[in-house]
Amino acid sequence: MATTTPVESSTMPRAGGGSFAARRRRTGWFMAAPTIVAILVLGIFPLLYSLALSFQRRDLQHPNEDQFLGLGNYATALADARFWDSMFNTVLLVVGGVTLQFILGLGLALVVVDELRGKRFIIPLLMLPVMMVPVVVALGWRLLWDSQFGAINHILSFILRRDIDITWLTNKWTALFAILVTDVWQWTPFMFLILLAGLSSLNPELYEAAALDGAGWWQELREITLPGLAPVIAVAIIFRALDAFKVFDQIFMLTQGQPGTSTETISWYIYQVGYKFFSMGYAAAISYLLVIFLTVAAMIYAALFLREERS
Amino acid sequence: MSAVASGSTAAPVPAVNRPGVRLRIARTGRRRSPAVTVVRYILVGIALIFFLFPIIWIAGISIKLPADYLSNPPVWIPSEITFRHYQSVMAEKGTLALTNSLVIAGIATLISVLVGSLAAYSLARFNTGGRHLGFWLISQRMLPPVVLVIPIFLLMREAGKIHPRLGIDQHLPLIALYAVFNLPYVIWMMRSYFTAIPAEIEESAMIDGATRLGVLARITLPLALPGLVATTTFAFIFAWTEFLFAVVLTRTNAVTLPVVIAGFTGGQGSNWGRACALSVVATAPVFILVLLVQRHFVRGLTLGAVRG
Repeated sequence: MATTTPVESSTMPRAGGGSFAARRRRTGWFMAAPTIVAILVLGIFPLLYSLALSFQRRDLQHPNEDQFLGLGNYATALADARFWDSMFNTVLLVVGGVTLQFILGLGLALVVVDELRGKRFIIPLLMLPVMMVPVVVALGWRLLWDSQFGAINHILSFILRRDIDITWLTNKWTALFAILVTDVWQWTPFMFLILLAGLSSLNPELYEAAALDGAGWWQELREITLPGLAPVIAVAIIFRALDAFKVFDQIFMLTQGQPGTSTETISWYIYQVGYKFFSMGYAAAISYLLVIFLTVAAMIYAALFLREERS
Repeated sequence: MSAVASGSTAAPVPAVNRPGVRLRIARTGRRRSPAVTVVRYILVGIALIFFLFPIIWIAGISIKLPADYLSNPPVWIPSEITFRHYQSVMAEKGTLALTNSLVIAGIATLISVLVGSLAAYSLARFNTGGRHLGFWLISQRMLPPVVLVIPIFLLMREAGKIHPRLGIDQHLPLIALYAVFNLPYVIWMMRSYFTAIPAEIEESAMIDGATRLGVLARITLPLALPGLVATTTFAFIFAWTEFLFAVVLTRTNAVTLPVVIAGFTGGQGSNWGRACALSVVATAPVFILVLLVQRHFVRGLTLGAVRG
């Protein structure tokens, strides 16, 4: 960013010598230095340490059996059914969750975007789930899904007029569904708010023109709304998808990976390998496989949907 | 004002807006029939019920007697309102957890805002590191935290041998970690707020003899104050709600609210009242903060990529 430099250079003492530009650069790096050091120490160093770990056998239960394995941990992981199952569950929850959040969020945004009485109160109320502690959200849903004392079976019994007694969290697919609903509950408002912001900034004249041309509701959505929203949608989805990939708190609270290991996600599995089996080297190797997977996925997504500003 | 700020994602937007015109009521072009309006209110009503019901359910259990929340079918309106769960949970681990959460999230937020604002200013005014430093910082935030939890756990065990306060179940490591994890967020947000302040204002102050830090403290930060408040709030909430590192790196001494709340789930029913009471304690302050910064909500949660 080019600011007008001559004014400053005439008033500031030439401490330390060097050209004005060099001094500005030094001040800049000086101000950024604490951040860079902190991230190097607590972000990059652990990451490199983890890389080294991933090539070793490091078992806290057998502290004297450390050894170098090379790519052994990676080979084990790629042949590990639990690794693939937990990846599959994670991808399922990410894709299912983000899709539902997008559809529901867009629908709600379309409903709310035009003038609506009480909008001033409705929007802040819809913000609340996003800002809740995920553990609290999962606790609430854990109680709602409860087969005996929960509200969901009770409400279903009332609607269907017969006794519903589903033990939601003890069957793989209903448990995954419960996790999905929990995630959708907390993050649909996030999608809704982003898409609402996008919708509010679309040009109303386009809709006026469409109305004059006799465009229907569906045509309006397809020809004006969605293309206009595309950049906002791309941002919203990448934010949600990256975040959803971390899903851990809900698993901890709702199923602990059960029944068996059938509802494990990748974060939960790494946590289990590290803190239940104490196989730190193996946990590190799985972590790196996750990083590789996410990097490739993010690059493909960026190439498909995010166009660089100046390239 | 375009919804998507000029970031890396600014694909051409077909619907070009008149600059500077904020369109609160979009799509005025069409008259809706009363039937459509009724349907819209019904849908909004359903959404409100769906999104508020779990919150009300938690708050409800926190003031119900066990006999009411452990009944089948559930009792919707409690026979008696009680605050005994609040009393018992705060008498046990609740007070410790609340204090720990306030201290850890509070100090971590202060550090990340102080350190991060400096770096953000550097990026905004001096373009330090060009585009690369900014992208390097933001890429730190994309990493799933579980990747770091294994090495950091092992490193903290070693650090604990050097000094007990640096080890597992201590406040300092969590404070440092949360501060660092929030740095990319703080920098990315504050950079966008700083960039919006014209450099000419600072330069005229510097002609009057102010130093760079003096300008930052007395002119730039006050101008960026709304953004600073919003960024601080979100950074605090991220630290306040964090669970994975808290559960791995604490045992009994430095436990935070999410850890203690999660600890109640093992029990069969009898702990629910206390778990819900502590959940209300953990949630209420955040709701108040959210209402204070709701204008910055969308921008704050998308790192400035989308303006609300």
